[in-house]
This record gives sequence, structure tokens and C-alpha cells, in this order.
Amino acid sequence: MAIEAPSAPVLGQALKRKEDPRFIQGQGRYLDDIRLTGMLYMSLVRSPYAHARLVKIDKQPALAVPGVLAVITGEDLAGLGLHWMPTLAGDKQMVLATGKVLFQYQEVAAVVAESRAAAYDGAAAVEVEYDALPVLVDAKHALDPGAPLLRDDREQKTNQIWHWESGDSMATAAAMAKAEVTVKQDVYFPRCHASPLETCGCIADMNKATGRLTLYVTSQAPHVYRTVLAMVAKLPEQMIRVVSPDVGGGFGVKVGVYPGYVVAVVASIVTGHPVKWVETRTEHLGSTAFARDYHMNVEIGATKQGRVQALRVHTLADHGAFDSQANPSKWPAGLFNICTGSYDFAAAFVDVDAVYTNKPPGGVSYRCSFRVTEASYLIERAMDVLAAELKMDPADLRRKNFIPPERFPYTTPLGWTYDSGNYPANFEKALGLIGYDDLRREQTERRARGELMGIGISSFTEIVGAGPSAQFDILGLKMFDSAEIRVHPTGKALARFGVRHQGQGHETTFAQIVGSELGLPAADVLVEEGDTDTAPYGLGTYGSRSTPVAGGAAALCARRIREKAKKIAAHLLECGEHDVEWADGKFRVAGAPERAVTMQDCAFAAYTNPPPGLEPGLEATYYYDPPNFTFPFGTYVAVVDIDPGTGEVKVRRFLAVDDCGVVINPMIVDGQIHGGLTEGFAIAFMQEIPYDSEGNCLASNFTEYLVPTAVETPHWETDRTTTPSPHHPIGAKGVGESPNVGSPSAFVNAVVDALSPLGVRHVDMPLTRERIWRVLREHGVVSA
Amino acid sequence: MIPAAFEYAAPKTVAEAIALLRGADSGGKILAGGQSLVPMMRFRLAAPNLLIDITRIPELRIFKEESGYLRIGAMVTHGELERSAMVGERYPLLASTARVVADPIVRERGTICGSLVHADPAGDWGAALIAARAQAVVTGPAGERTMPLDDFLVDTFTTALGEDEILTEVRVPTPPALSGGNYQKIERKVGDFATAAVGVQLTLSEQGAVEAVGIGLCAAGPVSLRATAAEGMLIGKVLDDASITAAAAAAATQAEPTADTRGAIDYKRDMVRVLTSRALHAARAAIRA
Ligand SMILES: Cc1cc2nc3c(=O)[nH]c(=O)nc-3n(C[C@H](O)[C@H](O)[C@H](O)COP(=O)(O)OP(=O)(O)OC[C@H]3O[C@@H](n4cnc5c(N)ncnc54)[C@H](O)[C@@H]3O)c2cc1C
Repeated sequence: MAIEAPSAPVLGQALKRKEDPRFIQGQGRYLDDIRLTGMLYMSLVRSPYAHARLVKIDKQPALAVPGVLAVITGEDLAGLGLHWMPTLAGDKQMVLATGKVLFQYQEVAAVVAESRAAAYDGAAAVEVEYDALPVLVDAKHALDPGAPLLRDDREQKTNQIWHWESGDSMATAAAMAKAEVTVKQDVYFPRCHASPLETCGCIADMNKATGRLTLYVTSQAPHVYRTVLAMVAKLPEQMIRVVSPDVGGGFGVKVGVYPGYVVAVVASIVTGHPVKWVETRTEHLGSTAFARDYHMNVEIGATKQGRVQALRVHTLADHGAFDSQANPSKWPAGLFNICTGSYDFAAAFVDVDAVYTNKPPGGVSYRCSFRVTEASYLIERAMDVLAAELKMDPADLRRKNFIPPERFPYTTPLGWTYDSGNYPANFEKALGLIGYDDLRREQTERRARGELMGIGISSFTEIVGAGPSAQFDILGLKMFDSAEIRVHPTGKALARFGVRHQGQGHETTFAQIVGSELGLPAADVLVEEGDTDTAPYGLGTYGSRSTPVAGGAAALCARRIREKAKKIAAHLLECGEHDVEWADGKFRVAGAPERAVTMQDCAFAAYTNPPPGLEPGLEATYYYDPPNFTFPFGTYVAVVDIDPGTGEVKVRRFLAVDDCGVVINPMIVDGQIHGGLTEGFAIAFMQEIPYDSEGNCLASNFTEYLVPTAVETPHWETDRTTTPSPHHPIGAKGVGESPNVGSPSAFVNAVVDALSPLGVRHVDMPLTRERIWRVLREHGVVSA
Repeated sequence: MIPAAFEYAAPKTVAEAIALLRGADSGGKILAGGQSLVPMMRFRLAAPNLLIDITRIPELRIFKEESGYLRIGAMVTHGELERSAMVGERYPLLASTARVVADPIVRERGTICGSLVHADPAGDWGAALIAARAQAVVTGPAGERTMPLDDFLVDTFTTALGEDEILTEVRVPTPPALSGGNYQKIERKVGDFATAAVGVQLTLSEQGAVEAVGIGLCAAGPVSLRATAAEGMLIGKVLDDASITAAAAAAATQAEPTADTRGAIDYKRDMVRVLTSRALHAARAAIRA
């Protein structure tokens, strides 16, 4: 039989993405593309009030709408014990409201109908009577004595959800008191939303004949959904199949389980039909997981020469009506205590107070490894505030304080051990490429002419790859991830994973990892994810964890295959196993490398000619529990010019020099960086979900919640350094989130730098024209 | 996000379309590019019984210079105008407006006349064509009538159009020698309506004095606004930094913007000042020797 020779090494090649032809040609199969026989549609009735008592729900007008089959309310669910559900963060959340509503757009009732249009008409016809209650919008007033108590269902009669601390408060206070220079700054990271192109949705299909429930759902973590469903709906887990088809972007919004999914399951059980529910954009922006909303106060103590000594951070976290953020269970503020960043602090202390408000729940999403974005933004902003206080170039301040390369692995005062890093090398490469010194000279000249030009640096450190099982779990499920590889007789392979990509390119990069470990071309490795019936168990794709965790599983699973194949190779080469070496993608006889067999030879033999005593076949499964997180880092530099008449900021240049360890596919890394930078740009300049004093959402569609187009988006310049992770099987670190994490501070630092001659030290995002204009006006700048 | 049920008709002539409008007894709506109407229907802010699609009426595609006017038929899209070399050469105000209306996808479907009938004070064509002193040509059962655009645009989402009338055409005077024009717009992103925008059409005398000037303000009141005070101040003056600054200030004073997520009143008012000044400078620069 004809067997292809193995190709050149596939790791590190800029292979075109295997998934792109189907996506680019509109041939992806997304949730809303799936139409099952007899399928019904569901639409949700949502609260127009942010806080109100539910007086009465009249289903009759909806039931009179042609095509409407059922109306489900919270009281109906209460009969099944399903009106509340547990959240991943250890709180509980209403499925359909009973008693009262706690945010605008909260789910109040569901209408099931024969067509989507009838379901909408039905939802509009349901009559709900509300009795408005006092609304709590501003987190800063959540703990005031007179504040309305939002969650009267809880034992603790307070709007405080929890208080969390990290670090040594006494040592930090002492170091701060002794510091020659201290700076203090309030920094707000606004509430924003990832809002992927595809909104959330599901089809619940309870097959009465088999008793089996299939849930097609837009999920980044299908296995978690299966287990949560088994727990919430009390269905036997083997009778549930969760299928996450092609996902049109997730960014963390598709990790949590939403009320609509639970109601759709109930609706399918009740009607005996498959039930589809797909959000509108307004429902998506108004009710699914928001991001950030951290009110932070930061203090740094330093010497006059600019050596940082102590960092103290207090944060007020606005979680909305329920604590349903998708964080590892024992980490209520996620990985926020990575906020010492790339710098060598002797002492640090962080505390976070989380509060309820009358806003939708969420908190952890938008391309962010569990609050690392807030942390990175804070420290990079604070370093610039310190530089301004010291009248020092922010680049020089960073140089003075980087954790030196020889101190890795480095343990921070807040307890993280960074795996590897070479910050100075990465930093100097970036500053050299952008021509930092020339830019500063140009800035001096422009300032002399009254022009507003700014240069902003972010030299961030990320923490990704949750996470080591000793500390990281979600509802007790350890945060390992898995791979299963089957090598077929013809030497082609099927590789399945517990993660679920949403645009990251796993079908290509994981094929490259497996291919390089097995000596197979990436084209010969088919990657499959998203079906809990076929994929091995895993916690899903978010927090940049796929490459650090599932990518590790891919390599180690392939090596397990190689171990077995080696026995087969020895059999084929008629030598002892210890005489066989794996070199240049083949098994070779030690000392006689021209005597060699390929993986394809071994695969064929595994099914046709296995060595006596060896189990036939060539398959393996691997569950990888990472020993540590990985810590990608980078230097981003933004150059901006401000129009003093309109307040418009023009991003003249933006350079990103990332270090994500060993690169699997440089083109995909660049693509991830481009996408994340565009999001970071949007967050810095235009995105926020504000609420008025009545709790009305003021950005519930794309007219108000702005997503940049190619026209606004700056040109991105990218480059890299490579510092492998010492513990990851192939030295990779994960890269998906770095650009969103690292870029907002670069933009804001650049804008503040441009405004610094006026005495400006900080401006909160989003940096809209109007906000800049107001700063200019306050400082007496009027221009035409 | 799903419109209410409706009927659909696609007439081939203006007369047929008018007959359909009459027959629908106020329940009919003209469908041109659908770029304002369809979103309204999806939000159920509009729920017509009958949609009368005018995209297949050849006579509404007229787009040419004739007897001192540029005739822009009802089915001329923003994109068509944007790509026209003749407009690029002789109507710099229109060319610079077409480039900033909505986004390229919307521009390929949306029409200038549809935008005028929609009469959104934040629509760009109202301000630009007021500056250009355009005429609206309206056709109904009794025939055709023509009026200055200032009279056609009555109030927010309200025009002088009768229930069974169609805006068949808008006519823009062909600028004489020593004319220039420009449109300046601030938007939060491409595809956004203006935070503020200003259109200027300018004609200078041989001596360099302002002979004629039109200034239209977008998103600066309940309807597209003519900056009459600023226009009056400029007539007969030499267009220099001082007169431009004074006119810009007058335009800002006349503006009555409302506060929304695009900005507070003081910001929007100041943007009228900044953009009027920039549009006047740019209009002067667009005058060809
Ligand atoms: C995403 C988006 C962004 C936009 N941004 C901008 C922007 O920045 N600036 C801007 O100015 N506009 C903007 N628009 C609106 C756009 O310009 C529309 O194309 C225009 O307002 C309507 O033209 P239309 O041909 O699509 O009209 P339609 O939507 O078909 O009709 C609009 C209204 O006019 C009526 N109508 C249309 N034509 C006639 C006629 N000849 N006679 C009588 N009645 C008629 C219809 O019955 C309807 O009431 C935007 C639209 C979208 C969807």
C-alpha cells in the first residue's frame, strides 16, 4: 500500500488555517444553522425594570397568539425546583424571575411557538405587572447604610458578596510608610462586553423515545455544561450529550450557563419537541456576561531614584445582580493578584470587595484570563503615574524595575511563580524597532509648537493556562485538559480534545503539535472538538488555556503513541526496543540511522502485523495537569496625536512585541495579536456599557455599543522574542489574550503622555473625543 | 427583531406606485434602499401593511446635469454618487458628503432621496443639500411640485410630502465659477450617525469677497438646520481667519443639539464651531482657479 513519506517538521510553520476554507465560504455550521425536524422556537420575556417586584404575569394574551404553544414562568419552574440555579462562582442565579427582578433584561418568562416570529409575537403579548423598587446602580453606594438590599434571598443581609485579600498587609504598610516617594491613583476599568459576532443560543432536544437529551449550544466548555446540566436538571450524565458546533466567537461570554439554556431544556421536556432559542443582539448585550467593571485604587511606594518597593491595591468589584462570573471556584477575584506585573516589588497587598448592583451578572470575559486584564492595566498605568511623579522617562523607570532574567523562576510577593522571562531583551527590541529615542526627540519639537503627541508603553506580564489541579477547579472539577489520538492503519490520525475553539485555529495548531510529535504532516491529522459524546473530558477554551493545557496534552498524548509505536518499530526493524531511536521524524536503528521506519509503517503494522504480545491498534488518551501556569509577556508601544479642536486621538503607530514562548504557527499568532489589539483599541477608545440612574442599559445594540471597523483600526506592527516555558511539553505559553490584556494601557499611557504638559496624570477609558475635549477645556485649551 | 407581517408590491412606474399608495389608505410605505425603513420595521417602530418597492422603476434612476441643475433621482444611491467622476469634479460638497454617509455596505443600497424623506436631523444629506440650496421634486396624483429643501424638511421625521406623494428627485444647482464646497463630520466610528457635521457651499467674487454661501448643520436641532446668521455675516466679506472664526461662532450659537451618548450639548455645540470653521477653510481650498 502507498504510504506518504513524512514531511518536514511542522511546528513553527505558518500553515494556512485548515478551518478557514469553510468559514470564509460561509460553510461553517453554527448553532442557528441547525434545524431539526419538528423544532419549535423560544423567545424570552425580559424585564424593562432594573429592580421591581413581580406583581402578576398574564399568559393568556400570549397563548392567544397563533402558533404559540406554551408560556413558562418562574412559578412554573419553581414547581420543578428549577427557578434558581447555582453559578460557577458559588452563588445562585434566577432562571426565570420569581418574586422580583434585579436587572433590566432579566429573564421573566419564556414563550414557545411553532415559528420564530410567533415566539416573538407571543413574548411581546405576555402581560407582566411590575412594582418598581429603588434601584442601586453605582457600586460605590452599594454598602451605604440606606442602600436598597438587592438579594433578600440570602442569609447575609448586605450587598457585599465577599471580601478577598492577597499578600502581606502589614509588611506592605511598613514599606509604604518608609518609601521616599508614593503615588496614589483611582483607576476605573469600565464595564464592557466581548459581544462576539454570534450571540448565544441553544437547541434542546429531549428525545422521549430514548430518554436522551442533546443540547446543541454555543459553548466554550461543553463538558462543563454537561456536568452542570446533570447537577441542575438532575438528569443522569450519560443521558446528556452536549454539542458545541462551530462557535462564532466566544471571548469568555460562552463559558457560563445562561437561564435560556435551562428553560429551553424544560421547554423541550414539556413539549416533546426540539426547542431553539437564539438571543438577539440586545438580549446578548443586556444580559450575558459583561467584562471588567473594576473600581481600583493603586498606591506605589518607591525610592527617589525610581526603584519600586511596595504596591497596594484596593478594588471595588461590581458584579451585578448575581455572582455568576466564570472564575476558578477558589479564586473569587480570579488571577487579579498578578498585578505586580513585570516588576520586582518587595511587598504587595491587594484586597477586593465585591458588591451586588441592579445590573446583569458576569465579570470574567472578553479575552481575559480571569481579571489579568484589570491587573495588567492597573500596574502599567500606575508605573506611568509614578514616572510622572519622579519626572522620569517611563521607559527608564521600567528598565530599573524589571525582574531580571537570572531571577526566573521568580516568585512574586503575591505568591505566583513566573516560569520564565527575559523582559529587558523583549523591551529593548521593541523600543529599538519603534525608534523610541527619535520619537521622544520629535515629541519635544512638537510640544514646542503646542502640538499634542504622546508615546505610551506597556511592558506587561500575563498569567494563563488555568490551571494546576492543586489549586484550580470549577465546581470541584480540576482544571486539567485532555487529548485522545487515534492513528488509523494508513497513518492518518484523528485527534480529539476537551477544549472547544471559537476562532483560535486549533484545527491547525493542534494538528501541527501532533504531527510534529508523530512525524506526520499536519494535513494528515484531523482535529475534532465540541461533542461530549466523542471528545475526552475537558474544561474548555478560555483564559488562553488551550495551548498551555490541551496543547500539552496533545504533545504528551502523541508521545504516548510514539512509545507504543517504538515497540512496533523494533519489531519491524528486527532489533531490540532499546536500539530504536526517534530522530528526524523516523524510528532509526541506533548506529545505523539509514535503517528506519516511519510512523505510517508502524501504524499499518499496528493493525496488520502487531508484535506478538502487544495489544493491536494505535490510540492513546492523555489528561494533562499542568504543573504551573505559563507567563507570556511583551512590550507594546503606541504613538498618538491628538486633535486639539475635536479631541480626536489618532493612533499613528502601534508596535506589539510579544513573547509567548515557542510558536506553533506564526501566522495564527499574528492573527490572534491583530484581533486582540483591535479589541484593546475598542476598549480604550469607544466601548462601555453605561447605565442611567434608573438602571437602564444605555448600550444595548451596535448603534451604542461600538465595534471598530477596518477604517478606525490602526495598522498593527508585530514582532516577537522567544523565551520557552520550561515546564510546558513543547515550551509554548498561549497567546490569545495577551493583546487585549496588554494594549489598553499602552493606548491610555500614550494619550496621557500627550496631555502631560497640561499636568494630566490619568484619564479613564473609554477615551472618547468628548472626554479628551473636556480635559483640554479644563486645562484652557481651545482650538478650531 | 422580526418585523410585523406586511404585503409587498413592486410597481414599474411612478404612476403605479402612487396608485398603490392611494389604495393602501395610509398603510403603505415606499421602500427604496430599506436602510432606514427596514431597521425601523425590525424594531417595530414602523409596521406598514404594504411595502411599495420603487427599486424597479427605471425613471427614478435619473442622475445627470440638466438646465443648471444636477438631477438626482429617487433611486440614486449614496454609493453611485460617491463614485461619480462628474460629482467629484464639480460638486465637492456632495462628494465629501457621500464618502461619510453610513458605511460602504449601507451606501450601496441607501438613497439620497430616502434619506431626505426619512428626515432624521442627524442624516447627512439634509445638512449638505440645504447648504447646496437644493430643490425637492415631489410627484403625486395631481402631478409634480417643486420646493426648496428647507421647506420640504419640516420637523424630526416629518416632511412636506403628502400621504400619496413620492419624492421623485432632488435638484442641486450647478455651482458657478469660483465655487467650492465641503462637508465635515465627526462620528464615533464608520457607520455611526454624526455627533456633529457641517456642510458648506461657497461662491467667491473675482475680488475674493463671499458672493454666496450656504451652511447646513447636521444633528444640531430638530431638523437639518440652515446657519442663517453665519451665512448673513459672511456675505460680501473677505473670507479670512477672522470672518471664518466669527461665522463659526455664530453657527455654534444657532445650533440646538440635544445630549445623548454621542455627547453633551456643550461638546456638540463646540463641534459645530470647529467643523464650520474647518468646512469653510476646506470649501475655499476646493475652489478651482
Ligand atoms: C448602519 C447604518 C448607518 C447609517 N449611517 C448613516 C449616516 O451616517 N448618515 C446618514 O445620513 N444616514 C445614515 N444611515 C441611513 C441611510 O442613509 C439610509 O440609506 C437613508 O436614510 C434612507 O435611504 P433608503 O433609500 O435606504 O430609504 P428607505 O429606508 O427605503 O426609506 C426611508 C423612508 O423614506 C421613505 N421613502 C424612501 N424613498 C422615498 C421616496 N422616493 N419617496 C417617498 N418616500 C420615500 C420610506 O417609506 C421610509 O419611510 C445609516 C443607515 C444604517 C443602516
